[in-house]
Amino acid sequence: MARPSLSFAFMDPPFESERTPTFFRLLDAALRRGCDVRVFAYEGAVALTFARQKPHANSVHDRDLESENHPLTREWVAALQRLAEQQGCRFEWINCGLCVDERGVNEAIAGIGRGSPADFARQLLETDNALVIGTR
Amino acid sequence: MRFLHIVERAYRATAEEQDDPIVWLAGCMRQAGAELDVLLRANAVNYAVRQAQPVALTVGDWQQTQPPSLNTDLQRLQAQGVHIYLSVDDLYARGITESSLIEGINLVSMNDLPELFERYDRLLAW
Repeated sequence: MARPSLSFAFMDPPFESERTPTFFRLLDAALRRGCDVRVFAYEGAVALTFARQKPHANSVHDRDLESENHPLTREWVAALQRLAEQQGCRFEWINCGLCVDERGVNEAIAGIGRGSPADFARQLLETDNALVIGTR
Repeated sequence: MRFLHIVERAYRATAEEQDDPIVWLAGCMRQAGAELDVLLRANAVNYAVRQAQPVALTVGDWQQTQPPSLNTDLQRLQAQGVHIYLSVDDLYARGITESSLIEGINLVSMNDLPELFERYDRLLAW
C-alpha cells in the first residue's frame, strides 16, 4: 500500500506570523505519521529556506548568541529533511522562482528546488490531498 | 518625549522570535533611553497572565531551548520603569480575571483611553 501523501502551499515569510511555526508543526506531524510531503513555497515563504539566515544574541533577554539559540527556519527545513530521511518519506520543497528573484533570496539550503506554479499543479496531482495557507 | 506602544495583535511570530516583537522593541528603545509605556489590548491582554507557561517548539530533531515567556518579558519592562496598561474590557471579554495577572498591571477601561492617550506625545499602535 502506498504511503499517504500531502501537498502544502504556504505564503508567509519567516519572523512575521504564528502561522509559520504552525505550518512547520503540520509538516513535522505529517512526516512522523509516514506521509510523503510536497511543499510549494510562494511569495514571502521562499525566504524560509534562505541559506544566509543568521542567529543573533538578545540583549533584551540578557542572553548571548549561544544561550539565545535563536530559531531559524532554514534549520527547521533541514531538520524536516532529516526526519523525512529517517522515516523513509519523500519530502519535496519547491520555491517559486519568480518570488525568489523578486526578493533576492536566491541562495537556498541544499535539497531545495526552484520551480513555478506548474510544479504546484504537479504536486496537487501527485498527492492525496492538499492544504493551502495563505497570507492574511 | 513620551511614547505609548499599543500592542493589539498578539502572538505575532512569538515562537520564532522567542518574544513579542513589539514588547521586544519597547525593551530595546527603553535600554536606549526612551521614555515609554505599553498598553495591551485585544488578544495581547493574555500576555500578562501569570500562569501562562512557555511551550518549546520541536521540528524534526530541532528543539527550542528558549521558548517565549511573555509575562516574564513584561516584568522585565516593569523593572526598567515601564508602565504596563491593560484594557480591562478586553480582559473580561476573554473571561480572564484580574487576579490571574502578574503584579503591577494598570487596568484601564475603554473610557479611560482618551485621558491615557493625552499623556503621550506619540501613540504607536501596532
